[in-house]
Amino acid sequence: MSVLVFAESAKGKVKKAGFEATYYGHLTAQSIGGDVVALVIGDAANAADLGKYGASKVIQVNHNGSFDSGVYASIIAQAAEQNGANTVIVNHSSSGKSLSGRLAVKMNAGLVSGVNSIPTADGGSFKVKKPVFSGKAIAECEINSANRVLTLMGNAYPPVEVSNEVNVENASIDGGASSYTVTDTKTADGIVPLPEAELVVSAGRGMKGPENWGIIEELADVIGATTACSRPVADTGWRPHHEHVGQTGVAVRPNLYIAIGISGAIQHLAGVNSSKTIVVINKDPEAPFFKAADYGVCADLFDVVPALTEAIKKHKSDS
Amino acid sequence: MNLLVCISKTPETTAKIAFKDENSSFDTDGVQFIMNPYDEWYALVRALELKEQHGGKVIAINVGDSSNDPVIRKALAIGADEAVRVDIEATSSFFVAKQVAEYAKSNDIDIVFTGKETIDYNGAEVGGMIAEMLEQPYFSFASHMDHDGSTATVTRDIEGGVEVAEINGKFVISAAKGLAEQRIPNMRGIMMAKRKPLNVIPAVEAEGNVKVLSYELPPVKGGITMVDADDMDKLVKLLHEEAKVL
Repeated sequence: MSVLVFAESAKGKVKKAGFEATYYGHLTAQSIGGDVVALVIGDAANAADLGKYGASKVIQVNHNGSFDSGVYASIIAQAAEQNGANTVIVNHSSSGKSLSGRLAVKMNAGLVSGVNSIPTADGGSFKVKKPVFSGKAIAECEINSANRVLTLMGNAYPPVEVSNEVNVENASIDGGASSYTVTDTKTADGIVPLPEAELVVSAGRGMKGPENWGIIEELADVIGATTACSRPVADTGWRPHHEHVGQTGVAVRPNLYIAIGISGAIQHLAGVNSSKTIVVINKDPEAPFFKAADYGVCADLFDVVPALTEAIKKHKSDS
Repeated sequence: MNLLVCISKTPETTAKIAFKDENSSFDTDGVQFIMNPYDEWYALVRALELKEQHGGKVIAINVGDSSNDPVIRKALAIGADEAVRVDIEATSSFFVAKQVAEYAKSNDIDIVFTGKETIDYNGAEVGGMIAEMLEQPYFSFASHMDHDGSTATVTRDIEGGVEVAEINGKFVISAAKGLAEQRIPNMRGIMMAKRKPLNVIPAVEAEGNVKVLSYELPPVKGGITMVDADDMDKLVKLLHEEAKVL
């Protein structure tokens, strides 16, 4: 049986998340057997590149119109059937989470969402791990149905090239019509959304007021990071809600999370504890965040942050 | 309008997470349980607001045993008109979705609300499953929704932005931050909740196809390296050479 990967695309290109899912599909196929088939819905000029990350076949389905979880799930389920795939991988993204439940019901498949390990299928028992309790634990799950759907946690497997481009085959699959009308779409250009961000600069109440955010934005700008904030900061309207990171906000898992003037309440840590490296800047040596950090600076953030920005600028011009 | 709100019981956000029986089950000893915040703060409250605007009723539904009743009573205290508990252990998201979908089918529900995810399993699975079982549109991660009685306008979070859609007819919606403002139950609500119906119904048959075999705690961090505030060059060097993230 094959592994089918739904490779997400946007603005006419396969996204990084699509390559991640394909590379994870490759690792999965190595573990449980089978080939990797990548599916692209809509235009994607770089679809052939999916071959480099392990897809032995890439199929592209024309689709005009916006995302509808029902239509997409229908296309993916048909593609899985046509290609003899019983394991389907999608990203644990807004779209992936939106369609995965539908897809699992359509395929009569067991669904494990937010996986961050390679599945095993020793002795016919399909097992895979996922973080639970907002990252405070890891659960090993077993799927006992013939079909399986997995959603892959972002940034868990940075894509690695393992092969070459492949030809893209056009497939005609009809997912049906959407039962609602999309009237408007607003996306911020040039900003990496928080759940996908590899570098995050986040600040909290220690900033004293929204007028002081200039030093945060400058630091983020210098390293190309996305800005984030703690819950109290979003709740008081200093920063927009979509920047709120934590248990009831966005969960992030970047390579680098710099926490500035955030004490590190347990609910905040739940949203960031999957970050690879955490830097904490806080003048309170008792701040609980230091216990969860890899690097710490205990001093006034209004001195430290501009100094850090300067040091990074210097490092960049030297290298 | 008949509005059905899925209520889940989750450990309180500061609960210590531990396991028992050779790490095969969650140790609930000393753990306080609450209504899943997305269900309580956003899904339930927006359903109540729609009812206040257009009439109809708000039904809270939960799958689980009688230990869930305090959480269900809280939904009634906040303002739900009645509650239903499907009397069986919630073993998997598919199993729960099946129970809710069957209830919605036989009770002429116009809108099914869920929270965007539970804060324990973080799966965001049940809403989409219910929608598929009901063959209805699904609006995940909705941060805004207006309804004029026949047409709903829904704003939902997508990658890096939002999308606005218009829908006539029935649908399933998962509630994210912004959909409504949290309501605190008052004394009158708490007293009234005791007299509101909490119907316990049997489960419909459904197969669960996923189970948790065991739990483990994530690897412990290696400890912190403190850097002097006057030596940011050193921090940059560590991030570049040791952590390899810059």
